[in-house]
Amino acid sequence: MDNMVISIKDAVVSYREDVALQGVSLKVRKGEFIGIIGPNGAGKTTLLTIINGLGKLIQGEAWVLGLPVNGRNGIKLRKRIGYVAQVENIDPRLPINVRETVMVGCYGHLGLFHQPTQAHWERVDRALDMVGIAHLSQRPVGHLSGGEYQRAAIARALVQQPEIFLLDEPTASIDERAQWEILNLIQLIHNKRHMTTLFVTHDLRQLPSICQRLILMKEGKIWQQGSPDLILREEILTQLYGAPTPIPGKPEIASSLRFSQ
Amino acid sequence: MDFSILQYQFMQNAILAGLCGGITCSIIGVFVVTLHLSFIGVCIAHAAFAGALLGILLGFNPLIGALVFSLASAGIIGPMADRGELNPDTSIGIVFSLMLGLAFLFLGLMPGSRTEALNLFWGSILTVTRQDLIFLLAVTVTVIVLVAVFYKEIQAVICHRQVALAVGIPATLIFYGILFSTGLTIAASLRSIGGLLIYSLILNPAAAAYQLTYSLKRMLSIASAFGIISCWAGLAFSYFLDIPSGASIVLTSSVIFGLATAFSPKRKVKRWQQAQVSG
Repeated sequence: MDNMVISIKDAVVSYREDVALQGVSLKVRKGEFIGIIGPNGAGKTTLLTIINGLGKLIQGEAWVLGLPVNGRNGIKLRKRIGYVAQVENIDPRLPINVRETVMVGCYGHLGLFHQPTQAHWERVDRALDMVGIAHLSQRPVGHLSGGEYQRAAIARALVQQPEIFLLDEPTASIDERAQWEILNLIQLIHNKRHMTTLFVTHDLRQLPSICQRLILMKEGKIWQQGSPDLILREEILTQLYGAPTPIPGKPEIASSLRFSQ
Repeated sequence: MDFSILQYQFMQNAILAGLCGGITCSIIGVFVVTLHLSFIGVCIAHAAFAGALLGILLGFNPLIGALVFSLASAGIIGPMADRGELNPDTSIGIVFSLMLGLAFLFLGLMPGSRTEALNLFWGSILTVTRQDLIFLLAVTVTVIVLVAVFYKEIQAVICHRQVALAVGIPATLIFYGILFSTGLTIAASLRSIGGLLIYSLILNPAAAAYQLTYSLKRMLSIASAFGIISCWAGLAFSYFLDIPSGASIVLTSSVIFGLATAFSPKRKVKRWQQAQVSG
């Protein structure tokens, strides 16, 4: 039990008349890498928002990093949880550069009335180097490609020095090569830091091969869960998605990627 | 040219009001432009106008009416836009039409000549009172101090609001703080610039600065400089050409925006993006 960093029991979440989560229970051990898959609208993102305190439970309870998830603990928890969403539409004229946007990851921990020090900027530079975009540090963030933007988002989550890493479709809407690079980067980071990681995707081809456990969600419920070897079967996935779903090949980790931290 | 006019108290007040109004409106404008909140700003400006008219109608200080109405509208619009009960444009449009309706109602119920009320439409920087000036100065200092203290949180919220929330910044509090500061600034500048024109002074200098830099700090400085230039040059045109001061200030700020857009280095980015889309 001491090793448990996430414990959710009978969680129910509703957006007006739509029930997004229906009695979901989940336990996650420290250092686990979990893949959460399912069709659109299955409740995958809602589950992540319960973990980082942005979602609101109408029934059930959730404990994360030893704290009950409620309005009071939300900000406290989010400082300890890295979150990377899918690529968003960014105004190309936005007045913020890549280095500044990564620094935002430090602001939660810094708190109000405190300014970043040289040590924080050095942490930002190390993270940029780690994700391979140190050369873009002065570029306006709106000028990045989708893949570069996701690297910046991962760097921003890393400077938070999070205990839990939530990745919500981080490879959606970017090209194939960038998807492959981002997946490799995520796997390398996990191998290096052993952070508890939850990776959400609706696309099985984008599932990292490093996943230790897979959670299959459908209609707001955890439909099945288990090791990838048990779960990744064509008949199970076909039932999950409601359409014939072949098993994708597992991508290998690229050894050529830089990993200086 | 005869500059003896500068010796008069009313002109010194007008120059100071232009300095404070130019800086505050432009700083707030930077947040409004970056957050794409143009319509919210228009709505708060009309709320301030309606509140000031109620003050005139019921015989209390129009500044207090403007302040209460603009802060109340900011307090209503924020949650409405946030909760997504309705499309934000729809909810803001409803508050906007309500405020416009109230403004015309108060104007219609007003007995007599309505000169004071009409002055609030167009503003008159040349008749700014000592009391108005002190209030405007207090608001300017407050806004500058708040921006300096919460700069990093403001930058995070205006550039990446959802990210700011996810990393543990009190993003909603900062967002509402920006809305309330907008209300405060509009209420304080209402008498000098006018309910219908104030919004141009918020939008134009900031939008002009947005064309010229990718640095938020530089954008705040450039927008403030444009705001002051708009006010002072507008004031000079008003005096020398004998035209209404509020309109003159707004037209000057519009010309500055036009020039900034024409010479914007960011136009290259837009052209590059269009080429990407068409290619």
